Amino acid sequence: MPADDLYVLSSPLAWVLWFIALAVAMYFARSPAQRAILSLAHALHYALRLAARSLLLAEERLRARNREVLMAAGREAKERIIEREFERIDAAVRRDLGECPTLQRRIAEQATRLEEDHEHSREVPPAPTSWVQAVKAVAEIQVPQHDPMVGKILEAVHASMLKAQDQARTDFRSATRVRHEHLKRMMPSWRRALQLLGQVEGKVTRLIERTQIVDRHIADYEEVLQKTDRAERMLTSSSFVQFFVALLVLCIAVGGAVINFHLIARPMAEMVGGNNFIGAWRVADIAALVIILVEISMGLFLMESLRITRLFPVIGSLPDKWRVIMIWITLGLLTSLAAVEAGLAYMREILLQDELATSALLRGERGLPFDNQFVWITTAAQMGMGFILPFALTFVAIPLESFVHALRTVVGAALAGALRGLAAALRFAGSGCRYLGRFLIDLYDVVIFLPLWVEQQVKARAAAPRALPDAPKVPPRVKESLS
Amino acid sequence: MIRWRPVVFATLALALAGCSGEAAPTSRGVYLLMDTSGTYTQELDKAQALINAILARVDPGDSFAVARVDTGSFSEKDIVARITFDERPSTANQQKRKFRDTIDGFVRNVKPASFTDISGGVLQAIEYLNEKNPGRKTILIFSDLEEDLQEGYVRDIPFSMDGFEVVAINVTKLRADNVDPRKYMTRLEDWQHKVESGGGSWRVINDLDRLDRILG
Repeated sequence: MPADDLYVLSSPLAWVLWFIALAVAMYFARSPAQRAILSLAHALHYALRLAARSLLLAEERLRARNREVLMAAGREAKERIIEREFERIDAAVRRDLGECPTLQRRIAEQATRLEEDHEHSREVPPAPTSWVQAVKAVAEIQVPQHDPMVGKILEAVHASMLKAQDQARTDFRSATRVRHEHLKRMMPSWRRALQLLGQVEGKVTRLIERTQIVDRHIADYEEVLQKTDRAERMLTSSSFVQFFVALLVLCIAVGGAVINFHLIARPMAEMVGGNNFIGAWRVADIAALVIILVEISMGLFLMESLRITRLFPVIGSLPDKWRVIMIWITLGLLTSLAAVEAGLAYMREILLQDELATSALLRGERGLPFDNQFVWITTAAQMGMGFILPFALTFVAIPLESFVHALRTVVGAALAGALRGLAAALRFAGSGCRYLGRFLIDLYDVVIFLPLWVEQQVKARAAAPRALPDAPKVPPRVKESLS
Repeated sequence: MIRWRPVVFATLALALAGCSGEAAPTSRGVYLLMDTSGTYTQELDKAQALINAILARVDPGDSFAVARVDTGSFSEKDIVARITFDERPSTANQQKRKFRDTIDGFVRNVKPASFTDISGGVLQAIEYLNEKNPGRKTILIFSDLEEDLQEGYVRDIPFSMDGFEVVAINVTKLRADNVDPRKYMTRLEDWQHKVESGGGSWRVINDLDRLDRILG
């Protein structure tokens, strides 16, 4: 075998020779090499564990910061809700309890009327006159039986009594009728009184319900102030829900903006030219985009001035007079831009028709490819969309605010999760390095198994008791008998 | 504030450079050479359809010229119609209609030329397109590519066609080509060599049903 082959590892023998040489070299370097491997594994293990610990500390700080921000946002949101609830209660109290004197007066009137009717219904019929007693006494006088005078007198008395009885009955009946009429008149008053009392009860019940809602919000607010875990969970969950809902609505709004863009991009070429570019973008497209962005900005300012959103504290803290001026200015600009868009949408339709006519002419066709009498419908629809979409985009401010506020929480939670995950991965890698070091040491021994085996044999031989050279060999049977 | 000043200046400089610096021209320049020699005038109806197809494809801001190829084509007089379309789409549409009318009038009254000076027409096209300096320069040659120069005309001039795209359209076969097709192939190869050695690109389109491919 040529000597060069031993170096180029081109034959199995060369491989074997190189392996033996390597094994011998590794055997002699075993102790320092294994110490180096162990040191490296330990260094990596501790470095990675340290990094993981640092990440966990950073995650704790981030989580604490997130919690602070979340609580602050939650406190502010709850304050706004409670403030709004109190405004509602104030309005309800003003509206409902403001009517209380009127209601009280009407109930008092009804009560007086009922009392009067009751008094009238208590009037008894007139009692029989006192002379009836005298007549009764006369009628009981003992007289001879066949005295005609007495008979006539008694008959006259009887007739008078009958007349008096009829009169008394008539009076009694008319008095009873009058009482019944009074009682009958009391019924609507009773009903009215019940109705008024029902109204009072309803208003009081609504107020009680409203106060219960306030109580609930106050309880939540107290939890937020105390920074309890329940409050944190509640606010985090709420932020996530808000984030995804706002994201969905923003996606819809982006769709609306894209439609709006296509409505005005083509006619915009009539204003700024169809073949001018800034970088890779057409100037007409940029102009259309700028108009839409300006509309969205105006919408944001309008919502801010109306105090529906609170993205710009400067606008919210303006004096009311300036705020109202700002509302009118932004609304005016928005309306102007909407009118411009409607005009551009109309222009788009005209351009489209013109292009179709030119194309038809170039193809050698006579007249328009389609002479549709209903084209005005699409024109009107485009104009309507051009006018309405800017106002619709105004409301983007509301989900945008929710999105911005929720984004902080969501990104914070995601970052904290990522840090924790990274720390876990580093810890895992650290442990892996440690075990990898041990594994490499074992592998090292596997590679040099032959020298190790030889060493073991040599040591075993050296450690075995040296047998006497002239000692007689004891047969096994004798050994057994001796033992 | 002092620390921020260079950053602010750099940002402003970048913004100004971005706004004021002229962007590379993105318009298209198309120059169509129409062979009006001999029997090729019979093909002018197809040329008319081709021009209409091109008119339908060009955009506002593009330049388009149609020139005839006759005895001496290196002349402004041979340009039948030329226009740079307005930036506004509505005006560009009106210009397209007028352009079409001009071409229609030319095709109706065209008289066959005695000689065919294609090289002169190409030189004129190069001059015109270089003057317009569009983003894309395309020369369309509607001809059988058989050059027939009058005595005394010098046309063995190398073209300078860097950035030009040359498309030969409807390259019809002559009677002699039918006898010996190598002549046709040699003719095409000669023109390809001439264009490509000048730095231009070369294409041949004989299928007029696919006019949409002409302008890429």
